[in-house]
Amino acid sequence: MSLSDGDIATIWLTLRLATTVTILLLIFATPVAWWLARTHSWFKGPVSAIVALPLVLPPTVLGFYLLLAMGPNGAIGQFTQALGLGTLPFTFWGLVVASMVYSMPFVVQPIQNAIEAIGNRPIEASATLGAGPLDCFFTVVLPLAKPGFMTATILGFAHTVGEFGIVLMIGGSIPGETRVVSVQIYDHVEALEYAQAHALSGVMVVFSFVVLLILYTFQRKRKAVGMTYGR
Amino acid sequence: MADKSKKIKVSDKPETSVQGIQASFYLRYATPAKPTFTLDIDINMPGQGITAIFGESGSGKTSLLRCIAGLEKNASGSLNVNGECWQETCVFVPTHKRSLGYVFQEASLFEHLTAMANLHYAIKRNHQAVNPELLNQVISVMGINGILTQFPQQLSGGEKQRVAIARALLSQPKLLLMDEPLASLDTARKLEILPYLERLRSRFNIPILYVSHAVDEIVRLADHIVIMRQGKVITQGGITELFSRTDLPLGVSNEVGAILECNVVEKDKQWHLMRVTFDGGELWLPNVENIQNNTQRIRILASDVSLTLSPHTDSSILNVLSGRIVEIINDEDPAMSLVRLKVGGNYLLARLTLKSLQKLDLALGKSIWIQIKSAAIVR
Repeated sequence: MSLSDGDIATIWLTLRLATTVTILLLIFATPVAWWLARTHSWFKGPVSAIVALPLVLPPTVLGFYLLLAMGPNGAIGQFTQALGLGTLPFTFWGLVVASMVYSMPFVVQPIQNAIEAIGNRPIEASATLGAGPLDCFFTVVLPLAKPGFMTATILGFAHTVGEFGIVLMIGGSIPGETRVVSVQIYDHVEALEYAQAHALSGVMVVFSFVVLLILYTFQRKRKAVGMTYGR
Repeated sequence: MADKSKKIKVSDKPETSVQGIQASFYLRYATPAKPTFTLDIDINMPGQGITAIFGESGSGKTSLLRCIAGLEKNASGSLNVNGECWQETCVFVPTHKRSLGYVFQEASLFEHLTAMANLHYAIKRNHQAVNPELLNQVISVMGINGILTQFPQQLSGGEKQRVAIARALLSQPKLLLMDEPLASLDTARKLEILPYLERLRSRFNIPILYVSHAVDEIVRLADHIVIMRQGKVITQGGITELFSRTDLPLGVSNEVGAILECNVVEKDKQWHLMRVTFDGGELWLPNVENIQNNTQRIRILASDVSLTLSPHTDSSILNVLSGRIVEIINDEDPAMSLVRLKVGGNYLLARLTLKSLQKLDLALGKSIWIQIKSAAIVR
């Protein structure tokens, strides 16, 4: 029960994809989470619902619409073609975009909850001390919401590693480009290569367990140290 | 021609020499307790000393303070602080660009920073450099030298609030806003902090707006009072003047009392008393050791004052003054009345039954002897 070169390649590709998606999501989801946590706008409901959609929709549904949108005749496809980038489906970056949509709620929600838990007061206090909004974000909100950002990072990463349906719809199974671990396992099983499927599946089980273990130990430690960041 | 004269008028107006705090705000909002609340304020306050904003809870004191700090973005109006414009019809200086300090009801220190790092947060963002002497002075006046390395969750409520006040001072604000800084503390902690606030008043020359609903704090600290009710300013004035008025809702009616500014002139070791003088006479008070300042505030409750037609020498009462009746009003209690007396340049209040009022045939303008059962330095 050993991993072939092809298997190793899929593992690296999976890690590259998950890292890229997590970093981009932290950049794009944080403003969304900030806005959702602080707004009283009427749009809060609809935006929350849209962000949470991937939690309930089958990946195939999401993948189908993304495929259409990113295709040559879709809005995103037209845009990327106009930029001279070609179309996104069946490329690594197509997979990145699709994964970002799919993992969005797992990153937005922990950050949003953490910012809500901080409350207005520290933010107002920093403003009265002369800190502008960005200064306040990096020196007050980020340190106080750190547990939320850690949870978001871990969940976003792990969820991207674990996806299958949307990869199949958008990426297919191109070696070195879009063939990630979950797809490779599927291909092994299809080809009745149970030994290889076992090996890779075992790696996934161990990985997932370790990630969740880190997450829960980390959260428990936070509570024990008394890192309260409530009002 | 008309245009020209208008122009001259505008340029003639000296814009920077306007002292004081001119605040005019209109703000409507809803809270779970009150479906609609309207703050409607147009007021000029002194630009120096401690101005207390007094009122029952829900009278809009905190909202006014938040408007002044720029924390209520929906408030319309204008705000000028000692010649600096912070808000106008089309101008809204954001909170972080206003030179102010804000002490919240709860200390609101940054939990992820030590006490010292909390102070440095203010120093780093100060528009002018903080010299080390000021830092040392603030630390010693607030008495926080021993706790600087600790995190907020290791500090008591009183210690936290002192660090928060020090932090606000270190931004060297042109205006310090304090929103019931003692309200979240128990009596012991309150007594612990009040002396620091008094020292703050005497050591740093910063105008302070001090929101409170506690008469005792105001009596001790404030120079000027603004009284609010239901989102509006009812009246304002100097502390000695306001406290001797008969028509003000300064707490419960049996707590009504006048305030005198007195000078301590003599201490009597044998009887543990001290003699103070004021414009209108002199009084003997229980001695207080360690008085830092010779000028002290004295509060005389209306219920501790009685009137006689002749100076009694056979009474146990030590303090007898002569004065004149300037106002008589009926109390909320149907048996009682409140009498305002002019004593020299000051006023006292006396709470009497209507029956004794009639028995002594008291009327406006009548000269009278005033017996004071007890008086004490405010602390």
